[in-house]
Amino acid sequence: MTTRNAAPRLTWRDRLNRADVKATPYALVSPYFILFAVFGVFPMAYTLYASLHSWKLGNPNRTFVGLDNYKFLLTEYDRFNWSVVNTLGMFVMATVPQLVVALMVANALNKRLKRPMLWRMLILAPIVTSVVAVGVIFARFWGTEYGMVNGALDLIGIDKIDWQTGRFSSWFAISSMIDWRWMGYNSLIFLAAMQTIPKNLYEAATVDGASPRQQFWKITIPQLKPVLIFTVFVSSVGGMTLFVEPMMFGSGLLNGGADGQFQTTAMVLVDILRTHGNYGISAAAGWLLFAVIGIVAAVNFLVVNRIQGNK
Amino acid sequence: MSTATAPRRTAPEAPAPSAAKQRRRKKRHSGPHESDGVFAPSVMTRVGLAFVALLSIFPLYWMIVIASRVSSDASGFPPALLPGGNLGEHIQEALTNPQANLLLGLRNSLIITGTVTLSVILLSTLGGFAFAKLKFRGSKILMATVLFSMMVPLQQLGIVPLYMVMVELQWLDTLQAVILPFLINGFGIFMMRQYCEQAVPDEIIEAARIDGASTLGIWWRIVLPALRPAMVVLGLLTFMLNWNEFLWPFMVLSEANPTIQLAIRQISTATWSADLSMIFTGTLISIIPIAILFVVFGRQIVHGIMEGSGK
Repeated sequence: MTTRNAAPRLTWRDRLNRADVKATPYALVSPYFILFAVFGVFPMAYTLYASLHSWKLGNPNRTFVGLDNYKFLLTEYDRFNWSVVNTLGMFVMATVPQLVVALMVANALNKRLKRPMLWRMLILAPIVTSVVAVGVIFARFWGTEYGMVNGALDLIGIDKIDWQTGRFSSWFAISSMIDWRWMGYNSLIFLAAMQTIPKNLYEAATVDGASPRQQFWKITIPQLKPVLIFTVFVSSVGGMTLFVEPMMFGSGLLNGGADGQFQTTAMVLVDILRTHGNYGISAAAGWLLFAVIGIVAAVNFLVVNRIQGNK
Repeated sequence: MSTATAPRRTAPEAPAPSAAKQRRRKKRHSGPHESDGVFAPSVMTRVGLAFVALLSIFPLYWMIVIASRVSSDASGFPPALLPGGNLGEHIQEALTNPQANLLLGLRNSLIITGTVTLSVILLSTLGGFAFAKLKFRGSKILMATVLFSMMVPLQQLGIVPLYMVMVELQWLDTLQAVILPFLINGFGIFMMRQYCEQAVPDEIIEAARIDGASTLGIWWRIVLPALRPAMVVLGLLTFMLNWNEFLWPFMVLSEANPTIQLAIRQISTATWSADLSMIFTGTLISIIPIAILFVVFGRQIVHGIMEGSGK
């Protein structure tokens, strides 16, 4: 601008303009960082502080106890370790078949279909239900006495199964809720990625005589690697913080079945906080859960990265 | 040019900000059809897809069936599969039963979700515009922080101290406790930045500056109109996500002042724990707002999910 050359005389308007160009960007992004600091960073740091103290709701006295809260969770409170096992188990049970089916569905949606949008919406429809609603409906499917699943099993001569009592059976039922709600969503994400794969790759492969199935394994899957990593990451964070489905499966309670057979770590955390009012231990559970998420995400990354083997 | 009002019909795939950066300038799709797959679907594919679509719809359909009949119709095998005639009566009963709290739940959820959605749209367009089009020191680091924050499950980790803060502020059981932590999120900023980068040409912003427009003026007159399609998508996704939010409202609200999701938990575990048709009626009511959005804006929701992901 010309004003810059005629240096000394800046009108107030120029100054204002300069201030606007320099400062306004910060003003525009500041709401995010303020809220992130208040509701994200501060709680995280404060959780660390709380986890090192013996500290209970309604009791202003807190004493520094070092890592005792962590030690208690890891060595004395059996429910915590089991909750990690349960959470991991349900995560694997829910995620692996879900992503496999989602890949197949995405591959089907990626073909020359009539009314593609209708198909996509049908597949995506479960997303309209809240997790609570899924829990309400599916808990009835898996009911022991009158559930539809046991009814169907009865027809083919299999005795009624008490899905809630067993560890694996309850995991299985809960996984079905997760799969039902998220499979369509993940299919669309895979489909979006498939559509960005250059078509000439397929054309060339067809010329070379590769079958659709070969093309799926040799072209589609390797090309999907980034989105697979992304999806597995998102699923592992979601899976490791699983809460509502098992709670609704267990009649809205936090204990995850009589023996905690389907109690997840997030449920343990909330239970310690809400039922026992123990800040210190629930904060430690929060950090341990965070660590588990980090480990699971890293392992998943390594696994997915390897399976493809396409560099 | 006409990007400001670009109707989605002319360019259904146009806003694809997630395409690989180096290829952004090139047009990705030449075909006019969205699902212009290479292969025609086999009969197996069609049948399989139809089966998956049926599984996606069935639980929702069955909920309506049972909500419109008497509870005993849900037990036994095969269960009732056609709707009955009691739906209107059940809805009336569900909405007027004082123990069910459904009307209050709907009202609270509308206030919370509406506020959060408007705020997320507003703050995301401001921040996304700044990150996409304005030059300021530290913008790269700040954007990296936003991306990083998207990856970290702060909600679970920070839930203990956030709860403590709400106790201290005596905000338990107030709506602001539910609203404030959700007013903005990293995903919104990221999405708006991506969209803004390719929807708003730099030249127009330069020209407006020379004409003396302020940064906020540019945002209001140029950026907002151009971002309108993305705002719709972000608004829809945010609304759905927050309408279905459970954990945090469960922590801070009481059963006397619930969101709709808490009310559903309440009716299914206490109010009508034995009356399945009333539970399903309540659940159906909780889904209706999202279902309407899905039917009206399904196309945008599908596009939004597909565009937000395909990295």
